[in-house]
Amino acid sequence: MSQMSPASEKSRTSQMSRSGQKDRTALLDVRGLTTRFATERGPVTAVDGISFAMEPGEIIGIVGESGCGKSVMSQSIIRLLDYTDHVSYEGEVWLSGEELLRLSPSRMRKVRGNRVSMVFQDPLTSLDPLYPIGDQIAESLRQHRRLSRKEAQARALELLRMTGIPSPEQRIKEYPHQLSGGMQQRVMIAIALACEPQLLIADEPTTALDVTIQAQILELIVELNRRLGMGVLFITHDLGVVSEICTSVKVMYLGQIVEEMTTARLFANPLHPYTQGLIRSIPRLDGDRRRKLHVIEGTVPSLADRPEGCKFVTRCPYADAKCRSEEPPLETAEEGHRLKCWYYREIRSGAREATQYGE
Amino acid sequence: MANEPEARKPLLEVKALSKKFPVYGSFGRLFGAKQYVHAVTDVSFTLYEGETYGLVGESGSGKSTTGRTILGLTPVTSGEVRYRGQDLAKLPPKQLRKLRRELQMVFQDPYSSLNPRKRIGRILEEALVIHRIDDRQRRQQAVFRILQIVGLQPEHYFRYPHEFSGGQRQRLGLARALILQPRIVVCDEPVSALDVSIQSQILNMLRELQGELGLTLLFITHDISVVRYISDRIGIMYLGRIVEEAPTDALFANPQHPYTKALFSAVPRISERGLKERTVLKGEIPSPLSPPSGCVFHTRCPLATDRCRSEAPAWRETKPQHHTACHYA
Repeated sequence: MSQMSPASEKSRTSQMSRSGQKDRTALLDVRGLTTRFATERGPVTAVDGISFAMEPGEIIGIVGESGCGKSVMSQSIIRLLDYTDHVSYEGEVWLSGEELLRLSPSRMRKVRGNRVSMVFQDPLTSLDPLYPIGDQIAESLRQHRRLSRKEAQARALELLRMTGIPSPEQRIKEYPHQLSGGMQQRVMIAIALACEPQLLIADEPTTALDVTIQAQILELIVELNRRLGMGVLFITHDLGVVSEICTSVKVMYLGQIVEEMTTARLFANPLHPYTQGLIRSIPRLDGDRRRKLHVIEGTVPSLADRPEGCKFVTRCPYADAKCRSEEPPLETAEEGHRLKCWYYREIRSGAREATQYGE
Repeated sequence: MANEPEARKPLLEVKALSKKFPVYGSFGRLFGAKQYVHAVTDVSFTLYEGETYGLVGESGSGKSTTGRTILGLTPVTSGEVRYRGQDLAKLPPKQLRKLRRELQMVFQDPYSSLNPRKRIGRILEEALVIHRIDDRQRRQQAVFRILQIVGLQPEHYFRYPHEFSGGQRQRLGLARALILQPRIVVCDEPVSALDVSIQSQILNMLRELQGELGLTLLFITHDISVVRYISDRIGIMYLGRIVEEAPTDALFANPQHPYTKALFSAVPRISERGLKERTVLKGEIPSPLSPPSGCVFHTRCPLATDRCRSEAPAWRETKPQHHTACHYA
């Protein structure tokens, strides 16, 4: 038996909604981040003016369907896309007072895997099949911390033990294919944590795992977050996972944050029609299983034809002419709860009825 | 959804089904198999007409192999698969082929099962051609009809698979299974690759079609919430065996097997309060090359005793219609 718990109650109410002056104390302060890719048919905007701040020790969940820009946003933060052609960034990304988008490639290399690291969905494609896992964990320690081979191996062993891999002395010499999916993900976490980063970006780290293994990995991430006080940006499409580990949540749609709030409010009082649709379309373990599931009509439009005005307009049951022509601002509904919707007040009070798409 | 128990007619009976895959040594087949992967061991269950039976388990539990073996996509090692009284495993290929029309499958990734160089119309028609059903014109009509049934447009007839989104492709996978008017459809993780909003579209449609067409579904998944939504009865698999079986509501109200309890407890839950106590299973599913002695779950079971290590638990009715393989349930 064990209990999971978020970083701290204090950070639940941290300044996630801060706007105005640049937040100097924040661990991460993203301001107007925009990522564009040049394609044959002209530029497409994958991330569109995202701003948020994050305190040390916070676990922020990023949710949304595939194609909503969750991964591109997180990869933009550590500039992994630099190695993709035709990418351009706008805005600022401040990591404890240092702006990352303007760093030279060599300075940026000193940040990646050191102060910020990342865990990906599929561990097998992120691990090198030709090296024992011990070497792969030691690599960043040798690179960033300048440890000797022996010191790095000793530390790698320690890290493996910390992630709860049984008989780490033996495992450290093994190759990725000799480990199960859950073990590989633990190795990825060990690599990510090797240099004790301030910020861990976890991109669907448990999606490919079974639920019993997922529970183990989530518990590990939460425990490390509490012990090391590192911030975690947790990207997932599983709202159940969000409910269990995140302090606050940002809902993304077509490259924008459309709603952000604390986790408790996400489920108690979602205001954006997209968030409401997402939550209602999940089959729940405690719901009436004979009822039809809620459906969000249509699909996420491709980046090449993002609608004018509100980006959710093509699928929104409440949309009207104003939504089609004017983009709503990200406005504060309550302390710590912001969203982009022209009509959330009317929707909440029931004054605005869902049209043809509604139930 | 479910018929009343008295009115239920067994449509497919799986009896003591086992499937072993040989593992060869460095000399290939020369010296015979070195060891065997025990993918499915002694699995028995019954599909009643018109119901949805959910088969749940983690990866490596043998749920997909069970589905594939039932359809004869891979031969059985031992046991029987009785469809309307005939043992599919012993049927000569020609007769099996005729019956295949009535037993269809939907796969997790429809894209890899749709030929990228053929138009959708051709792909869907192919099943009818193979089974020599109707003439050309009527086959075409059948394709248009099935496209409409799964919620696609007539113009999709001329498109190629890459022009469809994930949800639409899963509709196509379903259309291809349904065009033969099967009685049983085995759905192997049909919504696992989809976003929740698309997943709910497909699940709603499956349930509607089942009622309209009188289908019997074997629904294979690892997703506990999905299986609860779609199934009338559920079998929980662990390491090639069914360890518990019960009607859906009874199973969720009162899971008996320690594995089922742990599995349910591991599902992240949406609650306004967030955190909860849970049983986190230690370790991982053991290798099916050498399954543990006694009860296969004893290596991870919080309640295991010496008896569990030596003696395999019997399959018994612990509540009406509720079966469990555990000494202590």
